[in-house]
Amino acid sequence: MNPLSLLGGLGRAVLALFATFGKVALFTIDAISHIFRPPYYPREFVIALMNIGWLSLPVVGLTAIFTGGALALQIYAGGARFNAEAVVPQIVAIGMVRELGPVLVGLMIAARVTSSIAAEIATMKVTEQIDALVTLSTHPMKYLTAPRVLAALITVPLLVGIGDIIGIAGGYVVATQNLGFNPATYLLNTVNFLEAHDIMSSLAKGAAFGLIAAVMGCFYGMNSGRGAQGVGRATKSSVESAAIMILATNFILTGVFFSL
Amino acid sequence: MIRMENVHKAFGDNRVLQGMNLEIPKGTSMVIIGGSGTGKSVALKCVLGLIKPDSGMIYVDGKDATKGDRDAFLARFGMLFQGAALFDSLPVWQNVSFRLLRGPLKRPPEYAREIAIEKLRRVGLKSDVADRFPSELSGGMQKRVGLARAIAAEPEIIFFDEPTTGLDPIMSGVINDLIREIVTEMGATAMTITHDMSSVRAIADNVAMLHGGVIQWTGPVEQMDASGDPYVEQFISGSAEGPIEAVR
Repeated sequence: MNPLSLLGGLGRAVLALFATFGKVALFTIDAISHIFRPPYYPREFVIALMNIGWLSLPVVGLTAIFTGGALALQIYAGGARFNAEAVVPQIVAIGMVRELGPVLVGLMIAARVTSSIAAEIATMKVTEQIDALVTLSTHPMKYLTAPRVLAALITVPLLVGIGDIIGIAGGYVVATQNLGFNPATYLLNTVNFLEAHDIMSSLAKGAAFGLIAAVMGCFYGMNSGRGAQGVGRATKSSVESAAIMILATNFILTGVFFSL
Repeated sequence: MIRMENVHKAFGDNRVLQGMNLEIPKGTSMVIIGGSGTGKSVALKCVLGLIKPDSGMIYVDGKDATKGDRDAFLARFGMLFQGAALFDSLPVWQNVSFRLLRGPLKRPPEYAREIAIEKLRRVGLKSDVADRFPSELSGGMQKRVGLARAIAAEPEIIFFDEPTTGLDPIMSGVINDLIREIVTEMGATAMTITHDMSSVRAIADNVAMLHGGVIQWTGPVEQMDASGDPYVEQFISGSAEGPIEAVR
C-alpha cells in the first residue's frame, strides 16, 4: 500500500475522531443546558429515575457482592505471601470505594442503561417519532435527553454508594464465614480506615460516569442511521464509547483525587 | 398561504430538490405526486423546518418560515406521518392529546382525555381504543390514531405523508374519505404527498408533479388527466415508457 494513502487514511480517522469529540462535547453542553430551561417533563424524569436507578439495583447489587467477595479472597491469598492477611478489611474497603465500586457500576450502567437509551431513541428516530415530537412543539432534547441525563446524574452516584456498601458486605461475608475474621473487628477496621475523601471521590466518579452513560446513549440514539442496522450500530457504538470514556475518566479522576 | 421559492436541498452528491417552486392557497388541498426518492418527503419536511434547505425561501402566510417563534409556528401544523409515528410508550389517548398534556397548551388530564376520545370517534374509532397501546393496533387503526393526533389541536395546516401506504384498498378509501371530510370541515390548508392515484383523486383540489427536483406540472385535479404533461401522463398510466426512468 502507498505510504501516503496510509497516512491520509490515518489523518482522516484522527480528524473524524476529533470531530466526534467536538460533537459529543457540544451535545453534552446542550443537554445540560436543557435541564435548567423550561418546559420541564416531570413524568419522563420519574420514568427515567425508575429505569436508570431502581431497575439497575439488582444488577449493581449482584456485581458488587461477587466482586467484594472475590476481592477478599484475592487479598487474603496475596497478603498471605508476606504475612499481611489482616489487611483484608482495609483493602476491600479502599478497593471497592475508590475503584471497583464506581468503575463496575459505571460499566454495568453503560451495558444496561446506555444501550437501552440508544436503542430506544434510535428506534424513535427511524420510525419518525422524533420528527413527530418536533411537529408537536416538543423539543427532543428537553423531552428525551434532559430527563435521562438528570436522572443518571442523580441515581448513578446513589447506585455507586449502594454498590460500595454491598461490595464491602460481600468481602465481610467471605472474610468472616470463610477466612476466620472476627465480624466486629472487620467492621471496625473498615470504618476506621475509610475517609470522607474516599467516599466523596467515589460519589463524584459516579456522577461523572452517570453523565457519560446517559449522554452517550442519547447522542448515538439521536444520530442513528437508518433502519435496523442503524439502530444496531448506534447501540453498539454508544456502549463502546461509554465504556471507554468511563475507564478514561476514571483514570483522570483518580489522578485528580489521589495523586495531585 | 404556503409558498416555496427556488428551494434546493442535497444530501452529499444526491441533489434532491433543485429549485422547487410551489404555492398552496389558503384552505385548499394540494397533493404532491412523484416517484419514490424524488424528494416529496424532503419538501414537506423543509416546510416544517425538520430539514434545513440549502437555499431558497419558504413562506407561510407571507412570513419567512425560518424566522419567528418556532413553537407558535409549529402549533399551526398537524402532521400524519407515513408510519403514523405513534409513541410506543404512551397509550392511544395520550398520543392523541399529546400537545394538551404538556407544554404551553397543557390542560387537565380529564379534559385532554375527553378531547382524545372525541377525536378518536371523529376518525371512526371506539372509545375503548383509547387505553390501548399503539403496538396493539392494526396498521389502519394506527393511521387513524395518527390522523386523530394530527387534528387534535385543530391546526390551520395539515400535512399527510403517504397516508395510505401499506393499507388495503378498503382501508385506503376510508382514510382518503376521512382526510377529505376533515380538511373540508376544518377549512384547513392541506399538503399531502403520495403515489397512490386513488388518494390523489379523493383528497386533492390541486396536484403538483415533482420529478428531477422540480415541479414539472401543477394544476387543478380535474385537469390532471388532460394535463398534456408527459411526466404526469406516465405517472397516471403507470407505464414504464416515458420521461421517468423505470430503473432509478
